[in-house]
Amino acid sequence: MKFMQKVALAIAGIALTATQFAAAQTLLNASYDVSREFYKDYNAAFVAHYKKTTGKDVKVDQSHGGSSAQARAVNDGLNADVVTMNTTTDVEFLAKSGIVAADWAKRFPNNASPTTSTMLFLVRNGNPKGIKDWNDLIRPDVKVIVVNPKTGGNGRMAYLAAWGYVRKTGGTDAQAAEFVSKLFKNVPVLAKGGRDATTIFLQRNIGDVLITFESEVVSVDREFGAGKVDAIHPSVSIIAENPVAVVERTVAKKGTGDLAKAYLNYLYSDEAQEIAAKHGIRPSNQKVLTKYASTFKPLQLFPVSEYFGSLSEAQKVHFNDGGQFDKIYTVK
Amino acid sequence: MTSAILSTSPLAGGLPAKRATRRVLPGFKLTLGYTLFYLSLIVLIPLSALLFKTFTLTWVEFWAAVASPRVLASYRLTFGASFVAALVNVFFGLLLAWVLVRYSFPGKKIIDALVDLPFALPTAVAGISLTALLAGNGWIGQYLEPLGIQLAFNRNGIVIALIFIGLPFVVRTVQPVLEDAEKELEEAATCLGASRWQTFRYVIFPTIAPALLTGFAMAFARAIGEYGSVIFIAGNMPMISEITPLIIIGKLEQYDYAGATAVATVMLGISFVMLLVINGLQAWQRRRSGGKS
Repeated sequence: MKFMQKVALAIAGIALTATQFAAAQTLLNASYDVSREFYKDYNAAFVAHYKKTTGKDVKVDQSHGGSSAQARAVNDGLNADVVTMNTTTDVEFLAKSGIVAADWAKRFPNNASPTTSTMLFLVRNGNPKGIKDWNDLIRPDVKVIVVNPKTGGNGRMAYLAAWGYVRKTGGTDAQAAEFVSKLFKNVPVLAKGGRDATTIFLQRNIGDVLITFESEVVSVDREFGAGKVDAIHPSVSIIAENPVAVVERTVAKKGTGDLAKAYLNYLYSDEAQEIAAKHGIRPSNQKVLTKYASTFKPLQLFPVSEYFGSLSEAQKVHFNDGGQFDKIYTVK
Repeated sequence: MTSAILSTSPLAGGLPAKRATRRVLPGFKLTLGYTLFYLSLIVLIPLSALLFKTFTLTWVEFWAAVASPRVLASYRLTFGASFVAALVNVFFGLLLAWVLVRYSFPGKKIIDALVDLPFALPTAVAGISLTALLAGNGWIGQYLEPLGIQLAFNRNGIVIALIFIGLPFVVRTVQPVLEDAEKELEEAATCLGASRWQTFRYVIFPTIAPALLTGFAMAFARAIGEYGSVIFIAGNMPMISEITPLIIIGKLEQYDYAGATAVATVMLGISFVMLLVINGLQAWQRRRSGGKS
């Protein structure tokens, strides 16, 4: 009889831990490709923070891929609780199909962008071609590696940054179009995405300069060893927001609304902003930004809205079929 | 053989009409039903979803999506490069199959297994390793570039990648036919005074021609749809080295689902017509070579 009691107790114990385990809520974060390392660190910090403040266990799963591909996956049914993207276009797309709240940009501070990034140049060690600013990229002896704006947000931002540089220095739209067109004539290989571009530049040794996100500098140093490339800060660049949003469709189904909100809110905490800074992602918190001033050298930044209205409008004018970018490659 | 068993046999043995329509093997209705159901589930439903998405476009939008200069250039490249790659594969695939069937040498089993590698390998891996080999600083590329031969990041790269992924199709379709080919016929031809070339031209080639065509068609079809290996080695420059699958991905990136499926539908249409033509050619071949299949 005693033995049976023990067995019953053991079974009850197992059942109890099992239910407790099942009770631990899970959260799925659908994010873009190169944020993998950042969110790995951030998730660990958030899980600890959530346990401390609410006493509840939570498990955060990550899903990474191209930013638009991730947005399409969520649109088509991926049950992510939150999306953390690198272009506002991707979240706007989800808002348009009603999966994300229409006023998503107002739900969190700073346009719902806890962090930003900007476009920088990477050149080979010692900067053999003496590249300093956008003007150098249209020199006939310079080969530029950039992501295809048709297939990657990274490329769209590089294109818009170049365009904005001309406008910022007093040029007209026509001059900007000519400048960008000249720049893309110097491109020997159009990369498919951000990581592809880095591989072409560093592993294949093609090109003299790579235009990419500031955060990629940190990954390059980590992957290829520090000192292989120098980061060049041009005089002017663009602010690329990293928007976040709660996926209303999923949280309504799973009942994870509060958790999702807490997850995204914590991105604005000092601790999370520091983690972002360590990964080369610009914090929105000024205090943290100044603390890491050596990484985030001050440069003149302009928002997309200054010259292009919004990213979706820029998409229509510049990158959709028949737009400005297509003209570069169809008019001989 | 199978068609003979399954076909209705209007037996001349004076059986009642009802019995004459009965099949020799049981379960025909069940298997046919299953076949149709399964094919619908796996092939027809996804393909019709493609068409339905395309139908959301007006004719003008459809035409704009599928006939812009960039897209036209990509069709030319995709079908052209696939054609060239399939041709190369027919020639060298036949050679490989020949060696594997007719000769024995140490390590033959390993080489035989190697042929299947492009089947199993993730295509992105193929693309990355080919690029690593052929790029200007790659193992092979570094010797070719000073000679002015550039194989990666242009159309040459695309053709090479497509040759790689298409190779097993030709070898694996020709190999069994060569194995089954009757040696006696060749011996007879030789006895009758035929030269080696004549034996090949009149005895061996007609036997394997349908298989070669099939291999060509499969390698060609496979190459048209190839994405993973090509984008790593192509350079992806619009109008020059941009394949159609990349255009489709580009359209998806701008959330143009309908445009992407429109281009996909055109691809599907062209591929289907080409497969029909090749099937017709095969049937003609078979008739010409005396109904042997």
